[in-house]
Amino acid sequence: MTNYQNEKTQKIKITPLDDTPDWTFELLGQYQYEIARVADFYRLDTYTNQIEVITAEQMMDAYASVGMPIGYSHWTFGKKFIQTEQNYKRGQMGLAYEIVINSSPCISYLMEENTLTMQALVMAHACYGHNSFFKGNYLFKSWTDASSIIDYLLFAKNYIAQCEQKHGISEVEATLDACHALMSHGVDRYKRPQKISLDEELKRQSERAEYLQSQVNALWRTVPRKEQKENEKKYQFPKEPQENILYFIEKNAPLLKPWQREIVRIVRKISQYFYPQKQTQVMNEGWACFWHYTILNHLYDEGLVTDKFMLEFLHSHTNVVAQPEYNSKYYSGINPYALGFNMFIDLRRICEHPTAEDKEYFPEIAGSNWVDTLHFAMENFKDESFISQYLSPKLIRDFKLFHIHDDSDNNYVEIGAIHNEQGYKKVRQNLANQYNLSNIEVNIQIIDANIDGDRALTLRYTPHNDVELGDSKDEVLKHLHYLWHFDVKIVQETKSGEDKIIASCPQKNKDD
Amino acid sequence: MANFIDRRLNSKNKSTVNRQRFLRRYKNQIKKSVSEAINQRGVTDIDSGENIIIPKRDLSEPTFHQGGGGIKDKVHPGNDQFSTGDKIPRPPKQQGQGAGQGDASDSGEGEDEFTFSISKEEYLNLLFEDLELPNLEKNQLDKLIEYKTVRSGFCAEGVASNIDIVKSLQGSIARRIAMTSSKRKQLKKLELALLTLNNDKHDNIQKKRALVAEIETLKRKIEKVPFIDTFDLRFRNYAKQAVPTSKAVMFCLMDVSGSMDQATKEMAKRFYILLYLFLSRSYKNIDVVYIRHHTQAKEVDEHEFFYSQETGGTIASSALELMNEIICERYDNQWNIYGAQASDGDNWADDSPRCQTLLEQQILPKSRYFSYIEITQRAHQTLWKHYQQVEESHTNFAMQHIKEVADIYPVFRELFKKSTQSAA
Repeated sequence: MTNYQNEKTQKIKITPLDDTPDWTFELLGQYQYEIARVADFYRLDTYTNQIEVITAEQMMDAYASVGMPIGYSHWTFGKKFIQTEQNYKRGQMGLAYEIVINSSPCISYLMEENTLTMQALVMAHACYGHNSFFKGNYLFKSWTDASSIIDYLLFAKNYIAQCEQKHGISEVEATLDACHALMSHGVDRYKRPQKISLDEELKRQSERAEYLQSQVNALWRTVPRKEQKENEKKYQFPKEPQENILYFIEKNAPLLKPWQREIVRIVRKISQYFYPQKQTQVMNEGWACFWHYTILNHLYDEGLVTDKFMLEFLHSHTNVVAQPEYNSKYYSGINPYALGFNMFIDLRRICEHPTAEDKEYFPEIAGSNWVDTLHFAMENFKDESFISQYLSPKLIRDFKLFHIHDDSDNNYVEIGAIHNEQGYKKVRQNLANQYNLSNIEVNIQIIDANIDGDRALTLRYTPHNDVELGDSKDEVLKHLHYLWHFDVKIVQETKSGEDKIIASCPQKNKDD
Repeated sequence: MANFIDRRLNSKNKSTVNRQRFLRRYKNQIKKSVSEAINQRGVTDIDSGENIIIPKRDLSEPTFHQGGGGIKDKVHPGNDQFSTGDKIPRPPKQQGQGAGQGDASDSGEGEDEFTFSISKEEYLNLLFEDLELPNLEKNQLDKLIEYKTVRSGFCAEGVASNIDIVKSLQGSIARRIAMTSSKRKQLKKLELALLTLNNDKHDNIQKKRALVAEIETLKRKIEKVPFIDTFDLRFRNYAKQAVPTSKAVMFCLMDVSGSMDQATKEMAKRFYILLYLFLSRSYKNIDVVYIRHHTQAKEVDEHEFFYSQETGGTIASSALELMNEIICERYDNQWNIYGAQASDGDNWADDSPRCQTLLEQQILPKSRYFSYIEITQRAHQTLWKHYQQVEESHTNFAMQHIKEVADIYPVFRELFKKSTQSAA
């Protein structure tokens, strides 16, 4: 704050920062200082920034490990690397300008090839935009632990390397494959996970391995087999349906070895770490774009950056937040950067220059302090709720959004709503639903493990809007079978109310 | 607060391990792709790596995801023609539903392929995994010593063309600094003294003049130190290093009589390509000699070898004789000699014993390895029977029977598979 006041008093004789295309660490430092000052002025609260300059090759490495700075070895990362490298070499894609990791200190990668302007943009975007989102948003606050993730990833990498030495690469690979197939079913959606800490992890790891194994053995030993009739069950297990399949496997799979349980746990933890990012893509990118735009414009207004700088910046910025229309050949769904950025800009407009329509739709925020309102929005929402709360009629008109209702029973698709008075709420509701993970991700829960009988595991698929389960279900079941070791099957309730088996492993040769 | 860290010098091949894992995992598919690619190469084209194509379906990592059917609600931007309630016939293909990888069909177009390159080394290793050159140990003893000139540091004497400018100028700078440092020190002292005199209130003309003169002489002395001296010169030094030669000659013998059709020749060609690639892993220079024969043998170039048709009978011994002559003329015992004969098995019956004698007495003692492949659908004839006797008594002779294209690669592997006991 004091810095800012000092600057203000000297405002008359401000000389703009250097705008040569080539960056130096000294210049980066100067820009970073100014950006930090403005970010502070707008009350952006961030983790300490650790800004790392890397080469394009290193960027491809970072890509391959899906943004984890330290990843365990697995072929799927090799495949991603080869894909990225091929695309990049053929010129089919440019690399992202930056990657930022939700950790404390917050690590961001700047690419060596970027110009000075791009580096400034990236610093404002990642080091202050994303960083403050990671620190402020409720999902990240309560579901991830930024301070321990790097340690945990390091632990995971070493542990898996150790396992490979002890048990062979193939065994570990098969276990990881199986876990990856179920990765998105390895998160607790409603229960807050335990914080992870490296010390504890290491201390408890061997202890836990033994304990888990003994528990499992005990569980299976108590099964009275003789007196039971085949179909009669003494008790239901699990008592309630389990949606966290990996957790259930880790705790209950009878024949898993202790090290395999640990690997299941590692994959589960990493999946959990990325879970908030899936749910806040629009907000997170929108927030970061809004702030790089606002911060750099603020610097421009102060006379700290030149016209040349602004032109280059706006060129890149416009590319990032472009939204092709549905009939464009570049169209591939709604661009989260475009939607998010425009929503935050619109939110600021509603606060500063509300129209009569805004006052009707947003009585609480029209005319309020925009910085307060934006911070509140960033902290307390995820994509789905953010859109259903803040998507304004004006933005729906600007984007010309329309809703298509596609019922597979009809041989036509129907326009459900368009950007008019009658349609605003419906479009908004449907767009919000589009970001609702419980609609996008498949609802599969473990309903029964027949521990009195053949130990068969039964899962139930509950369709959303009658959408069928995708073709890969049999493949995934093979992986689940690998972990469970006994029969697994998926059932789905038919319209007449009976359960019908839609997939099983090992596959049974029976007709439906 | 921010810390900048320059990571550019860190290792960049973080993903190498994962790439290797990927190759390991998909070895079978990659191998298939590699052995298919062999058909599209010329015999001596070995410099390139290879593009590997794997159907994406084989690589997909399955997850539970939503499939077709049911009700789907989507919001799109850019409405330019629709109003609420419009009914639009469903487009023939479902698009933009984001159902993901599961939709790829097994048949027909639209299935993506995953293409990537592997290096020449990786290519050859995959192609010839588990194979080894017969009698390799013996070869290494036989390899002739040749000399190669290599750089080895710098020396003070040499020819002008070997002057290393950077090193010489470094020497020059060092010498000049060393030779003038005491004078420079003194010069500085005098200049300081002159400055103080100048600032002095008194005139001190005498003293000044003396100082100026002294400074002048010192400067001249410094200038006299030569810019470059023969003492500074450094020359690149070269040394001779012994390297084992790796010369090999590969004889391709083929029957081109009327009974050999183009398809049979193509099969033979593939066999030669494999042999050439395989030899190129061990030898740097490989000569290829093409000998074709019907009743007479003739040395020809690659194109003629594979693509010209002759008629008439078959006398296989003519080719062996020619091979023997060429060996005597051009390839003394410094060469590693490999022979590969392809035929459909037809031979003039009286000639077969002669082939056996020629091989046993002349060619096999000089060769590292001689392989015979017979490409035919019919029963074996006399040549095969006589060669079988050769095979029994000689370790460096091998023969195999090929019926169709698919046999070539397995047969080649059979011929060169790693023997459990190493060849002594």
